[in-house]
Amino acid sequence: MTSKTVTMVVLITAVLLMTGIQAVQADEYTSADLELWQNEYDAAVKRGRQVFTDQKLGTNGVVCAQCHPNAANTHPETYPKYQKQLGKVATMAEMINFCIMNPLEGSALALDDQRMVDMQAYITNERKGESLAPGKH
Amino acid sequence: MKILNRRDLLKGAGALVAGATLPISLVEMAFADSSLNFTFAYISDSHIQQIKGSKFVRNWDRGLIRAVAEANLMNPRPDFIFYGGDIAQLGKKSEIDHGLDILSGLRDKVHYVMGEHDYYLDLGEHWKKRLGPDHYSFDHKGMHFVVLNSILTYDDWTYDRWKDGEERMGVMAGLDDHRGSPFMVGEKQRAWLKKDLAKVDVNTPVTVLSHSPLQKIYRGWNFWTEDAEQIQALLKPFKKVNVFYGHVHQIQYNQIGNISFHAAMATAWPWPYPQSNAKAESSLPKLTVQMNRADPFFERDATGWQYIDIHSGNATMNFSLPDNSPRTVAFNPATGRPEDVKYQHNRIPPQTHF
Ligand code: HEC
Repeated sequence: MTSKTVTMVVLITAVLLMTGIQAVQADEYTSADLELWQNEYDAAVKRGRQVFTDQKLGTNGVVCAQCHPNAANTHPETYPKYQKQLGKVATMAEMINFCIMNPLEGSALALDDQRMVDMQAYITNERKGESLAPGKH
Repeated sequence: MKILNRRDLLKGAGALVAGATLPISLVEMAFADSSLNFTFAYISDSHIQQIKGSKFVRNWDRGLIRAVAEANLMNPRPDFIFYGGDIAQLGKKSEIDHGLDILSGLRDKVHYVMGEHDYYLDLGEHWKKRLGPDHYSFDHKGMHFVVLNSILTYDDWTYDRWKDGEERMGVMAGLDDHRGSPFMVGEKQRAWLKKDLAKVDVNTPVTVLSHSPLQKIYRGWNFWTEDAEQIQALLKPFKKVNVFYGHVHQIQYNQIGNISFHAAMATAWPWPYPQSNAKAESSLPKLTVQMNRADPFFERDATGWQYIDIHSGNATMNFSLPDNSPRTVAFNPATGRPEDVKYQHNRIPPQTHF
């Protein structure tokens, strides 16, 4: 293939791609979609607050909000980051499990457990507007 | 100014302490006439929490047990001990009784302050049955001491809004629960305070103990007393006033006019500073050099103890922090306010511990 044909092939692909995108855009999301996404998110935040204040999450009746009012000092914007005591770069979910296992004397949640996801929604929502600072201590 | 160090104070405590947190405060009142000097310890915010039956949250029990053990080892001996409020987490008889069982190990007389966690289940009934009145005053070696119940609130909130005491306690126990209500001393106690202070010479140093700060810091977490200004006005005629409070679980200090404010650390757990709540506007005194962020891998971190030295009524608080530099907050006569002697002009970076 000459370099000219290569260019042409690329151009044609690009045109096809653009048409493809236009086709997707033509199928625009509706206000009903927007509403659904917002409602689903809001519901997760709300459930997350419930988990965060749930005396049954651990085994000793202690709740996250006791030590983290308004989820303060959870710093979701700093994850992933190096945790010296874990000896590695960790995600927030791993620190949530640390607090479940220690102050709450409970068992770690699976990372895709609904409660784990909901708690992250709540915690992050409380910090809305903070700029991302991954890795920061 | 006499600054005692921890080793002098805790004679023979080496094996027990071994570099860990010391969740009590020793207050030394040192006067120009040294025969008037005395010390007292200050233990606060144990939040004893019942799990079920005779089972209580281990972590909170340990904090209070350690405080009692260390207070008993203090040297010089404190004249008495203040307990700054929140013995219990949910105001239950079992929690108050269990906390008082642990506190009964103290060798010295204890003066108690009412906290909201002791109050909102039964409106302080069991606490008062065990400990007596929630506001009182006494004189000790040239100083007038006043204890106030500062965690009352509006009557309609207390009496008309909840199906029972348990629900009311649950709401007030949640620091960030927006259904809560601001703390206050209230008209009745203010009238009592006015009468009580009328007997006191304005040159007598006055020390007030309350659970909530008698200054407005952050309403969202009730680091707040609604009628703080009115109390401050009643204290204004006195040449020197110290206010010690619990509730905030962190080092705070401030100077407003003639009044020096100092907060105690909790024996249970530390709280973040209000500024760490992204959505909050607070007026944490600019004067305060904040505590380092706590180490989540060390459950006693940022629970601590302080002792205070007083010259002519001016306080010096000494804080012991595990794995972090100890801190001293002393009244600086040159600036007329409490200052961290080491870090005031050389602020500590957060988490040097890590
Ligand atoms: C006994 C008090 C206590 C309880 C209860 C508690 N934590 Fe923590 N947690 C801490 C402390 C102290 C830290 C360290 C704070 C800091 O780094 O400033 C921490 C750290 C964290 C962090 C990491 C913050 C950072 O910047 O590294 C997350 C996330 C977290 N907690 C979530 C939770 C969740 C979720 C719960 C409930 C399952 C919970 N915590 C319960 C005390 C507690």
